[in-house]
Amino acid sequence: MSAIAEDQLAAAPAQHGGSRPWRKLRANRSALFGFCIVVFFVVIALLAPILPIDDPIATSWSAVRKAPTLAHPMGTDEIGRDIFSRMIWGARASLIAGVISVLLAVALGVPFGLVAGYFGGWLDQVISRATDALLAMPFLILAVALAAFLGPSLTNAMIAIGLSAMPIFIRLTRGQVLSVKTEDYVEGARAVGLNDFSILLRYILPNVFAPVLVQATLTIATAIILEAALSFLGLGQQPPSPSWGSMLNVAKNFLTQAPWMAWWPGAAIFLVVLGFNLLGDGLRDALDPREI
Amino acid sequence: MLTYIIRRLAIAVPTLILVSIFVFTLQKLLPGDPALILAGEDRDPAAIEFVREKYHLNEPIALQYTYWVQGVVQGDMGVSLRSGQPVLKLIADKLPVTIQLAIMALIIAFSIGVPMGILSAVKKGTMLDYAANVVALSGLSIPNFWLGIMLILLVSVNLGWLPASGYESIFVDPLRSLETMIMPAFVLGTSLAATLMRHTRSAMLGVLKADYVRTARAKGLREKVVILKHAFRNALLPVVTLSALLFGELLGGAVLTEQIFTIPGFGKLIVDAVFTRDYAVVQGVVLCAAAGVILINLVADVLYFVVNPRMRSTL
Repeated sequence: MSAIAEDQLAAAPAQHGGSRPWRKLRANRSALFGFCIVVFFVVIALLAPILPIDDPIATSWSAVRKAPTLAHPMGTDEIGRDIFSRMIWGARASLIAGVISVLLAVALGVPFGLVAGYFGGWLDQVISRATDALLAMPFLILAVALAAFLGPSLTNAMIAIGLSAMPIFIRLTRGQVLSVKTEDYVEGARAVGLNDFSILLRYILPNVFAPVLVQATLTIATAIILEAALSFLGLGQQPPSPSWGSMLNVAKNFLTQAPWMAWWPGAAIFLVVLGFNLLGDGLRDALDPREI
Repeated sequence: MLTYIIRRLAIAVPTLILVSIFVFTLQKLLPGDPALILAGEDRDPAAIEFVREKYHLNEPIALQYTYWVQGVVQGDMGVSLRSGQPVLKLIADKLPVTIQLAIMALIIAFSIGVPMGILSAVKKGTMLDYAANVVALSGLSIPNFWLGIMLILLVSVNLGWLPASGYESIFVDPLRSLETMIMPAFVLGTSLAATLMRHTRSAMLGVLKADYVRTARAKGLREKVVILKHAFRNALLPVVTLSALLFGELLGGAVLTEQIFTIPGFGKLIVDAVFTRDYAVVQGVVLCAAAGVILINLVADVLYFVVNPRMRSTL
């Protein structure tokens, strides 16, 4: 993919406005495609309350498990709810869970990584070993265990996903800090007498921004799948609130009678995750000066 | 050699201890009196007293941890509140099932991911490379529980080729066992195949630029020999090492796959335990999974060190 992006870059006119990474990103067709998918889902999630769609939790016993029709473009589920409107409301749960859990992981992981990388010594040892320990526990198993002990709810699923994703950001930030902390401008700032906090904030943190942004975008993709997985297992969004994962959980019991119940939620998860992955890959190509 | 192993162990042991502290702390997340919750729904006073005694809940927390770890080290991870069986026995019973699933998934992942990675590196920049990347990215983006459901719908419900669920031990009826496991293994292998493809591609791209590959070509060797014998052999090492890191992902993926295809393995054990509030089992599974990951990584690191003489200069 990077090769294609490279070709397109060479062909792109150089007089485009904006900074170099931004130009690179816009010239990358697959990243742009990913961006459009993400924007599409964000917009429908935001507009859900004002769109002219059925109530996502209103049941109708006269319309149980009906195949897609004009009135119900995606069909109805096992208790006659309109799947189309549940899909739109489900986008909210997925996106909110994806974004908030990653924000949590970044908000916890970056400071730990900064401290570990900058101060080194025993502090680094402790943080790094704790990171190793968290990484040793498989992502989903850890999230399932946390959700089990915290109790099943969307909020707890987000906490579980955020905590499971945190070590990635600790490690990433730490590595980044280690590579810039010996740079001349950091030495200079120290020589001038700036305190550690100011140096971290003003000279080191900006260097961490780009890789964290790339990783965060890619982790949102993982987090959305994880939220869907936890909801699929019954440990995330609780009924009757719509969520793509819990819709799939119910759908698997009606595969022979109402297969459409299983089509849409999975396709939506796939699309939105693909969008974030494409966007993340594009961001990496645009922000990373090295060629992969 | 020995120094390296000792140095690696010096990292693995504290990591394992931290994991155990973390797993122990999990039960402190439970709201309310842990004895009441751990005793289950019966709320039998005798059971509550038993739990309180068993987990030393009246002692300070550090002491509780010490007791717990002492038990774990001796193979006592507590007793399942549902079945009354020791947690370790439950896990040992389920483990072979998951291992079979994981091995089959790895075989599928390697046989798809590695050739695709080689091909796309050799044909870098062509439509084939582009298509392989699209397939890989799709493989990474597709939720495997949905892929599983769709496969059941197509292969089992519509075509009736394979059973949608059920499990047979490979030692009892090998053919039937493969038949029930092939679809779950494919589902579990898909995302791994995608990761493997991407890593094989980048490892191959690095190697193809190397001088000895140019030399091999200059000698007039056939392209097939250059790629498979000279380039691929050297690209394989990092790829194999990486697959050790995929072990954790494999275990996590097994949780969902086993749930969909109702395979009585490690992953189904933890999910069932979550719903029956069998917390000792949940803790046991997390601890065993993490220990497995740490062990496999340790072995992979040591093997990498053994087969790669260049690493020795880093000592």
